[in-house]
Amino acid sequence: MDFTNLIEGLAGFTVDGLTKGSIYALVALGYTLVYGVLRLINFAHSEVFMVGAWTVLGVYTAVGAHSGVGVWLAIGITLLAGLVAALVSAGTALVVERVAYRPLRNKNAPPLIVLITAIGCSLVLVEIFGHALRVFFGAPFGRSAVNIPTVVPTREVFTIGNFNMSNIDLIVILAAVGMMVALDLFVNKSRLGRGVRAVAQDPDTASLMGVNKNNVIMLVFIIGGVAAGLAALLHTMKYDFAKFDMGFLIGIKAFTAAVLGGIGNLRGALVGGLLLGVCEVYSSALISSNWEDVTAFVILVVVLMFRPTGILGESLGKARA
Amino acid sequence: MTDTTPQKSVLKRVAAVPSLLGGAPQWVKVPLILLVLSFCVYLPFLNILPFAYIRTDLRPNGSDWSTVLFTIALYMIVAVGLNVVIGWAGLLDLGYVGFYAVGAYSIALFGSPASPVTKAIAAQFGLPEGWSMAFAACIPLAICIALIAGVILGAPTLRLRGDYLAIVTMGFGEIIRIVMRNSTWTGGPAGIIAVPEPPAADEDFFNTIDVHRWYWLALAVLVILIWLMRRLEHSRVGRAWLAIREDEDAAAVMGVNAFKYKLWAFAIGASLGAIAGLLFASKQAYVEPNGFQLNLSFLFVAMVVIGGSGNIWGALFGAFLITYLPERFREFESWRPLAFGVALVAIMVLRPQGLFPNRRRARELEDRKHEAEEAAADA
Repeated sequence: MDFTNLIEGLAGFTVDGLTKGSIYALVALGYTLVYGVLRLINFAHSEVFMVGAWTVLGVYTAVGAHSGVGVWLAIGITLLAGLVAALVSAGTALVVERVAYRPLRNKNAPPLIVLITAIGCSLVLVEIFGHALRVFFGAPFGRSAVNIPTVVPTREVFTIGNFNMSNIDLIVILAAVGMMVALDLFVNKSRLGRGVRAVAQDPDTASLMGVNKNNVIMLVFIIGGVAAGLAALLHTMKYDFAKFDMGFLIGIKAFTAAVLGGIGNLRGALVGGLLLGVCEVYSSALISSNWEDVTAFVILVVVLMFRPTGILGESLGKARA
Repeated sequence: MTDTTPQKSVLKRVAAVPSLLGGAPQWVKVPLILLVLSFCVYLPFLNILPFAYIRTDLRPNGSDWSTVLFTIALYMIVAVGLNVVIGWAGLLDLGYVGFYAVGAYSIALFGSPASPVTKAIAAQFGLPEGWSMAFAACIPLAICIALIAGVILGAPTLRLRGDYLAIVTMGFGEIIRIVMRNSTWTGGPAGIIAVPEPPAADEDFFNTIDVHRWYWLALAVLVILIWLMRRLEHSRVGRAWLAIREDEDAAAVMGVNAFKYKLWAFAIGASLGAIAGLLFASKQAYVEPNGFQLNLSFLFVAMVVIGGSGNIWGALFGAFLITYLPERFREFESWRPLAFGVALVAIMVLRPQGLFPNRRRARELEDRKHEAEEAAADA
């Protein structure tokens, strides 16, 4: 236990954790929304995130982005990459829903079966990027990590004591929090959002009231996909790589974040994500970065043991048992 | 419903064979079982031409036939164990590789003279250099450790909704691997060498050249375990599992302690996984954390689910398919994970009961489907 290390770099570790946590929170959104509406762990969601990261790489390659471009061009390219990544991720999420989940929903299949299909989907997506695309197109696809060019170079924005806040950390945290606030408003205030909440509470009654259940479900997958695409963009800004299996760890941590905050609860996803990110960075500062990945699992098990509904409770599907 | 397509009826007829045999008289059953068993024992030497095409070592780069047979038998043990958890109790365990690893590491840590644990014990009690626990003592030890791991993992999670269990077990599978990799007492990333082989009258009976002897060992273990599990399936415990799987609330009302029996299923599955891991480590003669990647868990789940969960014969067939096909057709080996993914999705969507389903389980799924159709018709 290295407490001096933690105390000395506390501000830096905290910001690092918040940055990580923001990305978890955005990915957790996809889990939490789908779970709130369908009571289903969308296992393939982590792969939707992975597809987003590859899309960002694709856009950067297509426009020939590199770290030397001007400020406005860099902002433009980043926004473009974010837009395309969000669209592609949302498309992937929709395809998964149509191919793997809807047919089973029509058959009223038990949750176990749906979970297995989800794992199958996740395997297929991973292998497409890890193997199939390499066979057809060669590099950069394949089993090794690919470097993504940094379009927005890291700069220090301000300094407090011995801690420097970098622009990347600031962008990631602000973008994630902004996105979460926008989404919260959307679900709580808009007409479509009311539909989502209605289906989450009671799908049958919602259909009787004229809510199209399948449209709501598609909408939920689209929102989750968009969030995952943006999360992928932020992730590439901070860690600049894409890899075929990058989704797995982020996915399981994002799921942990969702459970920690209260699955089915949008604000819970944010709280859980940030908390988990900070806990992880603290624990790796205290013990060693080798054990960082264990932290999330331990937190998950502890939360499930003592408060399975999470910190903020399960709000989207509150009315259901 | 278009259930009467010829292909499906063939599948159904084949699937019905084991249950038909159940009704056959004793004088048919016993010789038939003996015949099948002796064929399995003879398999490593199979060299009569038309049949020998099933061998995997015909081509220059083909893998050793006996080794493949051993792996098939090993994974069949795994499938039988996981079938208890997934097929009978209806719990999705995505961290089965964790128990497999626990079994492998138990024998390595306590049975190998090169492991840090045996060295520490030897130093503590003044035992001679190169001391290690006897192989026979390691077997119950491995089973015990896996049982305890299963209970520790199952107790907090089995009370929750089923899908949480899947995630937690997956996390457990990863934690085990990370712990093995990062701890010094498990040999770290390098693992542990000199895992002992089973004792035999002839010192050199289990060696690296005569792999068919390992296959026979695994086969013997498999046959014993199948017999045990079949006894279990029709026992009070087996019926309790079935009741819980079909309707947990109804089972609880009838006085079945759902939590207790789920924990039983979890622990029994864990111990079978540990037995398979133990055999694997012993044959391999070394263990390393990278041998227990999470993909292996998905592979195990795929075996049970593709074959038909709830049916031992289905699970065995699934294990055979998933182990044998990639070895026989090596040129497609790198496509294996993709093929699993596609097969998982396709089978779950088109035939959720698996290729050779348990008839009861297939009926449960049919029922749910009819309920959905009626609900749709009402709406």
